Amino acid sequence: MMNGAERIAAAFSGRKGRAALMPYLMGGFPDIETSLGIGNAYVEGGADLIELGVPFSDPLADGPVIQSAGSAALAAGATLDLVLGVAGELSARLPIVLMCYSNAILARGTDRFVDEIAAAGVSGLIVPDLPLEEAPATSKSCAAAGVAFVGLAAPTSTDQRLAAIGAATQGFLYTVAVAGTTGERGDDSDYGEVIARVRSHTSAPVALGFGISTPEQASAAAGAGADGVIIGSRLVREAAEADQPPAACKTLVEQFARALR
Amino acid sequence: MSETKLDHRFGPYGGQYVPETLMPALAELEAAWLSARVDDDFQAELGRLLRDYAGRPTPLYLAERLSAAAGRTIYLKREDLIHTGAHKINNALGQALLAVRMGKRRIIAETGAGQHGVASATACALLELECVVYMGAEDIRRQAPNVQRMELLGATVVAVEAGARTLKEAVSEAIRDWVTNVADSHYIIGSAVGPAPYPAIVRDLQRCIGDEARAQILEREGRLPQRVIACVGGGSNAIGAFTAFVGDDDVELIGVEAAGEGIDSGRHGAPLTAGGRPGVLHGSLSALLQDDEGQIAEAHSISAGLDYPGSGPEHAWLRDSGRATYVAVTDDEALAAFERTAQLEGIIPALEPAHAIHYALHVPSDSDLDLICLSGRGDKDLAEVLKLLGR
Repeated sequence: MMNGAERIAAAFSGRKGRAALMPYLMGGFPDIETSLGIGNAYVEGGADLIELGVPFSDPLADGPVIQSAGSAALAAGATLDLVLGVAGELSARLPIVLMCYSNAILARGTDRFVDEIAAAGVSGLIVPDLPLEEAPATSKSCAAAGVAFVGLAAPTSTDQRLAAIGAATQGFLYTVAVAGTTGERGDDSDYGEVIARVRSHTSAPVALGFGISTPEQASAAAGAGADGVIIGSRLVREAAEADQPPAACKTLVEQFARALR
Repeated sequence: MSETKLDHRFGPYGGQYVPETLMPALAELEAAWLSARVDDDFQAELGRLLRDYAGRPTPLYLAERLSAAAGRTIYLKREDLIHTGAHKINNALGQALLAVRMGKRRIIAETGAGQHGVASATACALLELECVVYMGAEDIRRQAPNVQRMELLGATVVAVEAGARTLKEAVSEAIRDWVTNVADSHYIIGSAVGPAPYPAIVRDLQRCIGDEARAQILEREGRLPQRVIACVGGGSNAIGAFTAFVGDDDVELIGVEAAGEGIDSGRHGAPLTAGGRPGVLHGSLSALLQDDEGQIAEAHSISAGLDYPGSGPEHAWLRDSGRATYVAVTDDEALAAFERTAQLEGIIPALEPAHAIHYALHVPSDSDLDLICLSGRGDKDLAEVLKLLGR
């Protein structure tokens, strides 16, 4: 059986020249059952991996759409265990990369947290408020449990930091496309520079996220050399606004998948 | 002062739990402060502003009628008399000068009671910097005069509607602005919280409170106080008051948190007093109000400046190491001390230090010489207090 890092690597290498599509799912939003339905819709719509968010009260890296979805999920009763239940179902179909803020990990205890996500079939872990300097304990736990500890690179990262982050990352390198929080951005997208810069510092696949909200932008990111494209706020907004979130999200994911073919 | 690095950890507390986007800016800030704090020109300019513009040193006042009521000698360190009415200006002027030195012309600040927002807006007006202040919508309601002051000073006040709409949400939104505009903006955090190097920088800029008070009380009394008492929200006036005395083993250091409706009610702002598992909020590991899942709890205090579920990491370490003690005083007690101080001394304290005054007045002690940091004046609280007192 493949471990998490191997499963993620297979998802990237199996895409035959096109960029991998990684939609973001807010666990427990609008409720646990519907979020599982949306995750299944992502699978059926053509996702290659799923980034599954654990809702948090104070998500510093997130813009308004994901913030309010997280608050709504918590208000609807979402817990880490329930979100890991969703992970357990979805991980049978696609590799799951869990996105979780550091305090939720500390609350469970780092080793126990990592063991539990591994048991739920989670392949990778992204912690947006755990930069390299603070990451050793979590990274070590992940290595022991076969979970890929995914590093984040930012446009503001120095070359020295990129080299260290690029060397340490497991599975892929989550590359933040713009300085800012998550959220839809309408601006013309020139992703070439950030991708080229990051790629020169890592041998891991480069997945681009933050602000990619249209199929055109996704296509531009892939054209600029991204190995993967992460779509977050646009899909979470669809889940918030649609009458039938799974069906609406499936349609949207299909559009992104087509743009990446 | 030849250190090449500021304190990142205080015991196990502190650290830099922030998005990667901010890490280079934190390194730049640390380098800038290490250089500025040993730069004679920078220090001369800051010293000049603190003296001529802000009004330092502030007086140390022997509060005779409070002393009589408490049965021991009480001195008040009069940070309420400084320009803008609270100790926050010490930090705001220092960090605004630092922003100029770093070439950053846009300032972001958060505020709870409004004092740090006013101090930042003031420093920005003086130094020709753009200023954006994030403030919870609930705090905007209960501290309206300070909102008007900030706007008059040219700052943009942004109402934060998330969560309980108080200080925690304002800090989060300020950090998000900084993540987005980090290239041209400096975030002046208002308390001794946040990712390293902020807690160390804020302590360095606030330690003038204790440095002055220590010299003043030695001159007046010929000895050190038995206790130094200060209120603690994030803990900037307290760390500023404590630092000069940390090496004086016989001086007891007491931080007074907000017990709100009572520690047992769960509606309070006293993470250091209540204890429990530490956690990460706003970039550092410290004492924190949170649930079993690590979701941050809402704090509660009558005082907007203490209405915060976190605490400065150095305070958590001073507690664990036994050097300082943390206690809590309720909303009702603080209200009573607010009124009593006005009537006994002709001084209207801010609700925040009213917590510290209540502790000194009403909790028995063998001390015969207390020094209380009167961190700010209470004009901003008047409307809210009168309403609560039913007048």
